[in-house]
Amino acid sequence: MELKKTVVSDVDRSIYDIANPEKAKYKVNKGLSKEIVMAISAEKKEPSWMLEHRLRSLEIYEKLPMPAWGPDLHMLDMEQVVTYVSPGTGMKDNWQELPEEIKLTFDRLGIPEAEKKALSGVGAQYDSEVVYHNVKEEMSSQGVIYTDMDTALREYEDILRAHFMQLLPASTHKFMALHGAVWSGGSFVYVPEGVEVSMPLQSYFRLNAPGAGQFEHTLIIVEKGAKLHFIEGCSAPRYNVLNLHAGGVELFVKENATLRYSTIENWSRNMLNLNSKRAVVDKNGAIEWVSGTFGSQITMLYPMSILKGEGARSEFTGITFAGEGQNLDTGTKVVHAAPGTSSTVISKSISKSGGKATYRSAIVVRPEATGTKSSVTCESLMLDSDSRSDTIPVMDIRNDEADIGHEARIGRISEEAIFYLMTRGIGESEAKALIVRGFVEPITKELPLEYAVEMNRLVTLEFEGSIG
Amino acid sequence: MKELLKIKGLKAKVGEGEILKGLDLTIHPGETHVIMGPNGAGKSTLASVILGHPAYEVTEGNIVFEGEDITEAKTDERAKKGIFLTFQSPEEVDGITVENFLRTAKSAVTGEAIKAWGFHQELMALMEKLNFESGYASRYLNVGFSGGEKKKNEILQMLTLNPKLAILDETDSGLDVDAVKTVSEGIRNFKNDNNALLIITHSAKLLENLKTDYVHILVEGRIIKTSDASLIDEVGRVGFTAMLPEDLRGGV
Repeated sequence: MELKKTVVSDVDRSIYDIANPEKAKYKVNKGLSKEIVMAISAEKKEPSWMLEHRLRSLEIYEKLPMPAWGPDLHMLDMEQVVTYVSPGTGMKDNWQELPEEIKLTFDRLGIPEAEKKALSGVGAQYDSEVVYHNVKEEMSSQGVIYTDMDTALREYEDILRAHFMQLLPASTHKFMALHGAVWSGGSFVYVPEGVEVSMPLQSYFRLNAPGAGQFEHTLIIVEKGAKLHFIEGCSAPRYNVLNLHAGGVELFVKENATLRYSTIENWSRNMLNLNSKRAVVDKNGAIEWVSGTFGSQITMLYPMSILKGEGARSEFTGITFAGEGQNLDTGTKVVHAAPGTSSTVISKSISKSGGKATYRSAIVVRPEATGTKSSVTCESLMLDSDSRSDTIPVMDIRNDEADIGHEARIGRISEEAIFYLMTRGIGESEAKALIVRGFVEPITKELPLEYAVEMNRLVTLEFEGSIG
Repeated sequence: MKELLKIKGLKAKVGEGEILKGLDLTIHPGETHVIMGPNGAGKSTLASVILGHPAYEVTEGNIVFEGEDITEAKTDERAKKGIFLTFQSPEEVDGITVENFLRTAKSAVTGEAIKAWGFHQELMALMEKLNFESGYASRYLNVGFSGGEKKKNEILQMLTLNPKLAILDETDSGLDVDAVKTVSEGIRNFKNDNNALLIITHSAKLLENLKTDYVHILVEGRIIKTSDASLIDEVGRVGFTAMLPEDLRGGV
């Protein structure tokens, strides 16, 4: 077990690190067993098909091996993980009705404030359960559904049954099987045909319980010609035991629809973040992934776009910032499965103080996907010689009519550029921050405003106190 | 008169190679100094060392600015005291616009918050004087600029930060005739009785319209000759080698 540190060396995590005393109303024992899975299902009063799904997933989990590639996950001991922790508040649509400490947690993170100003709806999960969900009246009156998965399972059972874990079956990999067995929480969004959701919806996932796992499931369906921007944020206070996050995100983007899915992940550094996300896009539809990975000890995250319909598009914009002790393995996968589909990937990573950032991607062009266009750009910046950066792009092109471009750059922060800025009176740490901010600028401008500000703050804090 | 810059017995090396081998130089306010010398003599090194480039190590001697020893000072502290350097090939820095960069720099140098709108107008006026198309203010610092545009941007920075001592390193290289004229006008506008120029150059083009007080010949890390502006013509006529003392001639 690692030792508890009194000082977190770089990013100021003071807001994220405020932990509440654990007051779970119900939690299962550590470890993973049929009994535990049945207990979760019973606690949730689920239909029997869901319990069967969970038990099937558990069987698959037991058969599947650990991933044979990527970061070493040997420190993960499922016997030590509590897979379900319920705060027992029930779900509210009014922040005032939440217990004071939970309300305060989300206040500090600025969620209710953002809800008032710039969001069409908000969901907030605390440990394993969603404690708050609300969508603005003008959205619900247009038929937009935004609720937690338990409610969705009761009220929209048919839709759920037709979509749940269809893109991400339990057989996808070991952690998806685990997810299938113990999933809890998450959001369900349905945007009817032709409806454009004017302001984003945001779900925030907060893990407070030490040694717990969070396995939320997000399922979004954007019907023909509809438009949605969905934002997902996550954080947790730091503990001296491992926490595990293995969420699942399934996105269905129909003909001519557009979905932007933005994620800012700021887990504490005792988190293993093994998340899976997939989108399937119909004719002329578009999926836009915006992904910021800052926290966690280990992350493995590769959102996948399946461009199933003719002319479907995918854009991936990602930034990864690996500091001391972090091994962040991120990227994307795109499957071009129809003619005239196109994809763009822009990825930037920064590593410092011994952090390791790996970019891993796969562009697959099926034989039938003629006239495909794909452009991949990945750039890495290492801030010191202790840090590492790797780029592992895979291209699997199965026809002659694909236009594929790839550009990769790995570099260190330029001493000459720092000197140049310093000759203009700018201090060393500010000079470095300017260069790093400039490097990530193409990404920051894609982030939701509050997160762009947050990221600039992170970059500045990262360098304060690093001089002299 | 009080000295602005006084360099005494300066020796500096990069790695194991000694480049400056005991250099003396004194500059007073109001003066314009020119340093000429063959390639590799240490001219650009001198400029970098005056600004405290971390790649160079000062092994002997010192640099005093306005009576204060700055030999060990950090680069940004030297800039705040009023020393400025134009670069031969300025770095390209992505993601920060010329205008934001200059406002940040001005605020750093003056220690005061700079109001955005007033600064913008000031900047536009300066750019017009330099025939520098105003659109460059909102482009990223030097990214994709031509050689000439980069040099104009250096002069723009000098005029904006208004230093006490401006060191111009090969500012005229790579410029066409018109651009040299514009840059040279910019330098003339900058110059007054209270500030000083240290111009490093290969050629006399840039100096035609400037009043030069002293010309130094720098060879092999030492100033071997100092005189008035007439020395510029002499260099043009006889070259550097002829000026060397006997014992150094073989080495150039």
